[in-house]
Amino acid sequence: MLSAQSLAAIDREVAKYPADQKRSAVMGALRIALVERRETGKTPEERCLNTEVIEFVANYLQIPPVAAYEVATFYNMYDMKPVGQYKITVCTNLPCALSGGVNAAAYISKKLGIAIGETSADGKYTLLEGECMGACGDAPVLLVNNHKMCSFMTPEAIDKKLAELN
Amino acid sequence: MAVFVNGVIFDGIDTSAQDCWKLEAYVARGGYQALRRIIESKMAQEDVIAEVKNSGLRGRGGAGFPTGLKWSFMPRSFPGDKYVVCNTDEGEPGTFKDRDILRFNPHALIEGMIIAGYAMGTKAGYNYIHGEIFEEYELFEAALDEARQAGFLGKNILGSDFSFDLFAHHGYGAYICGEETALLESLEGKKGQPRFKPPFPASFGLYGKPTTINNTESFASVPFIIRDGAQKFLEAGKPNNGGTKLFSVSGHVNRPGNYEIPLGTPFSVLLEMAGGMRDGKKLKAVIPGGSSAPILPGDVMMQCTMDYDSIAKAGSMLGSGAVIVMNEDVCMVKALERLAYFYHEESCGQCTPCREGTGWLYKVIHRIANGEGRPGDLELLDSVGNNMAGRTICALADAAVFPVRSFTKHFRNEFEYLIEHKKPLVDHKWC
Repeated sequence: MLSAQSLAAIDREVAKYPADQKRSAVMGALRIALVERRETGKTPEERCLNTEVIEFVANYLQIPPVAAYEVATFYNMYDMKPVGQYKITVCTNLPCALSGGVNAAAYISKKLGIAIGETSADGKYTLLEGECMGACGDAPVLLVNNHKMCSFMTPEAIDKKLAELN
Repeated sequence: MAVFVNGVIFDGIDTSAQDCWKLEAYVARGGYQALRRIIESKMAQEDVIAEVKNSGLRGRGGAGFPTGLKWSFMPRSFPGDKYVVCNTDEGEPGTFKDRDILRFNPHALIEGMIIAGYAMGTKAGYNYIHGEIFEEYELFEAALDEARQAGFLGKNILGSDFSFDLFAHHGYGAYICGEETALLESLEGKKGQPRFKPPFPASFGLYGKPTTINNTESFASVPFIIRDGAQKFLEAGKPNNGGTKLFSVSGHVNRPGNYEIPLGTPFSVLLEMAGGMRDGKKLKAVIPGGSSAPILPGDVMMQCTMDYDSIAKAGSMLGSGAVIVMNEDVCMVKALERLAYFYHEESCGQCTPCREGTGWLYKVIHRIANGEGRPGDLELLDSVGNNMAGRTICALADAAVFPVRSFTKHFRNEFEYLIEHKKPLVDHKWC
């Protein structure tokens, strides 16, 4: 279900922990599985985690499926719902709001024609509001697909970023 | 943007240089000298701990607990596995200092953790890194590889009989994992739900083994303390508040960023360093230690110095050193609404008073902010808060209640006005 490359990456996670504590690698393994789904999925449904993938990861780590499932549903960066090719998460918490975070989210929403929480009809973008990313000094801040942080996102910087993704 | 003045952690770093994080650059700045000296002189474990104690270093994650004392709680002679764990799960609104340590000076943290491992007789450590900073996680892994290749990590470090390895664990979006026992649960591959204490991690920590957990900035201060001496670190701050401290300044200032300054520096000086108020607006209020710290009116803040004791005396806490600055255009009800939503969203759901209470706090503040407040809502907020604070396993409920209490205390008129007139007293603008 996962590529040899993903499995090798999971093995590297497993190696970080004591031999009898493979469960510790579940967070990394789910992240690796999600990245593969995002990169290979062709529709929003194929880009998120589902019970089959979660069960596969659990079996690979020899832990009960529910142990992996409860992790996938507890931490909010694991996409459990259909998601666009580019998931844009804008921080709108207080420190960011004071430096344009709320305005940035509104600008992107208008520009993409989707409300916060929605995915565009072509399946390309999902727009979300996020909680603190630990980068308040760079506000407005947004994340693209969980792993790429973009700082100082003024309207001009947003225009540039969206053009790049397009 | 990052600005460092009189730094301990950022001493001599040119953060604009792309390779400033690398091992070679760190060694050129005097890095790994402390570890080398400890190993070559076969320094006694208790002497290392005594040095950290004498430095007056207090935990930089928020609680301000003396780091050396914490280290002394570890059963050094315990024969089985023991762990040192670093908390880089930085997600308290306003706090963004540990990210800069990871991207500009990761080896200071690595060396600090190796020294901690030596002092406490542990063979392995983990650094738990906040989910949203994946690039810094990858960079930290690269720094670990460098340290391993140079013989600072792994078996028989620098030819001694001391072995220690260190790994990075990447979180995936849960503020609660900044709570140390939730972090341990998460590191074990579980939901990040805090544990009852006692037992404390020093006796029952990661995988049930003795564990010491410190903040990134605390560990990263250790090489300086050992290399240049506890006294020099202590003198960089003020009595009972040793050293310099990173302050993350955000909000309505001209130059948001991190400022490493001696503890005890007047707030007015820090504000000036951050370029003063943006657009020349008037300072209204400051949250001096991260979103969980009580808010203080601007004029009170202008009389404070930035250290644990002065801020505590003014009725707030220094916390993680996250300074959120607000100008006169901010409606305090709107500001509090945003924070209340955060705690509601991030409650782990384990304890009923927190799970339900954070939701109620948000709902009531939300309706006040939207002109739908009812007479008695402020008393209701008090009552909900009183049923949360101190009644849960961890401090998240307290952290949710502190802002509510302090906002409604210092800016009560804005809440009352909105409830009575259905419109805000302040023509609110975020920025």
